[in-house]
Amino acid sequence: MAEEVKLFRTWSSPFALRIVWALKLKGIQYETIFEDISNKSPLLLQYNPVYKKVPVLVHNGKPVSESLVILEYIEDTWKQTPLLPEDPYERATARFWAKFVDDKLMPSIWHVFVTQGKEQDEAIPLAIENLNLIEEQLKGKKFFSGETIGLVDIAFGWMGNLISVLEMVTGLKLIDAEKFPLLQAWMQNLSDVQVIKENWPPHDKLVSKFQAIRETYLATGAPK
Amino acid sequence: MGESPLIIICVRYFIEPSMTIGMANEVILLDYWPSPFAARVRIALAEKGIEYECKEEDLANKSPLLMKMNPIHHKVPVLIHNGRPICESEIIIQYIDDVWKVESPLLPSDSYLKAKARFWTSFINTKVHESGRKVWMSKGVDQETGKEELIEWCKLLEVELGDKPYFGGENFGFVDIALVPFYNWFNFFKNFADFNMEAECPKLVKWGNRCMERESVSKSLPNSDQMYAAFLEFKKMLNM
Repeated sequence: MAEEVKLFRTWSSPFALRIVWALKLKGIQYETIFEDISNKSPLLLQYNPVYKKVPVLVHNGKPVSESLVILEYIEDTWKQTPLLPEDPYERATARFWAKFVDDKLMPSIWHVFVTQGKEQDEAIPLAIENLNLIEEQLKGKKFFSGETIGLVDIAFGWMGNLISVLEMVTGLKLIDAEKFPLLQAWMQNLSDVQVIKENWPPHDKLVSKFQAIRETYLATGAPK
Repeated sequence: MGESPLIIICVRYFIEPSMTIGMANEVILLDYWPSPFAARVRIALAEKGIEYECKEEDLANKSPLLMKMNPIHHKVPVLIHNGRPICESEIIIQYIDDVWKVESPLLPSDSYLKAKARFWTSFINTKVHESGRKVWMSKGVDQETGKEELIEWCKLLEVELGDKPYFGGENFGFVDIALVPFYNWFNFFKNFADFNMEAECPKLVKWGNRCMERESVSKSLPNSDQMYAAFLEFKKMLNM
């Protein structure tokens, strides 16, 4: 049966990037619909009425939202290039760390990014602690999933390109090569993966965008 | 606080003739009776007819075992299967479904329905849980906000439920398990926060009562007295 796969995304969303990577790794043909977040399309609102956010994957007319849910859907539907291990315990472990990235790690890094002065100083230790926890998961491994990239690498992959942007915008060095040698090596290995390399948003554009975001947060304390 | 450590080791056996018998299976649950997340796992284990040992935690004085088995979050529930820990309730339930495949599948086999089940469970984990906490933990305007939010989330859930007996369709499953411990909260909220769902979400109330008729659910959820005792304990802990 003819497959119709559409991805609603923005050019910069790290959550949407996860889906791009997963689709490309599995060699799935899809159509991209770029959304303007300040003027969301009726289709997006129809496909994701609960959160009204990107990314949304629409497969043969059926929408799936929330990036980790979408990744599992892709994994369940297209069996080539598996992103999750077969063993139930290892699957549970991968899911745990993917959830950790979203629930703890990303928010703690974001908090450092959107603050300054004393508030930022107080936010840094938690981000470092979370980075330490994930660094430990790389011991003896090239990627979180082993020799090839998998769910956790894709979940955390935004670090590979965004961290240098966040560091540039804040003037802070979060991933110090001395303190996080495994994460450094992982970021390098990740950037060598064809699919990742070919699908990173342009660095300069990201710097401008995140500069503007940080300024908005510092001025108003809230996103626009 | 001065309370002495309270680690009750209770042993529960659910024996079913159709239970998968194979290699030696040691299943331990690090539990806390009032936790809705731990309740989910108790329900799932009961649905599958899995024998397990239950270790009740004192959250004010967490056991070395808990700290070792969940070093990242130090939280319950933790399922320990043949010595290996699995954390986070929805991850535990998927693990249980993966390992004990034959009895009572908890997730749908269809990929799209599975995705919907994961989506709504994630929604319950964040929205329903956060708003429910507001009702528990705050007073006045914040509590009112919590109540309004809960009604809003329940209305969305009612649309998803539709005319099905369970979120899983004909079969009780993943989303039902994820939500029913919070549904139990709603019953309790009636007593102290003037929270009335019947008028706003009658379908969800019918669903909740249907779930409560299942033995796996009724035996796994705290009753009003237990909830109230936990509520007082929690408030005391927070005021420390």
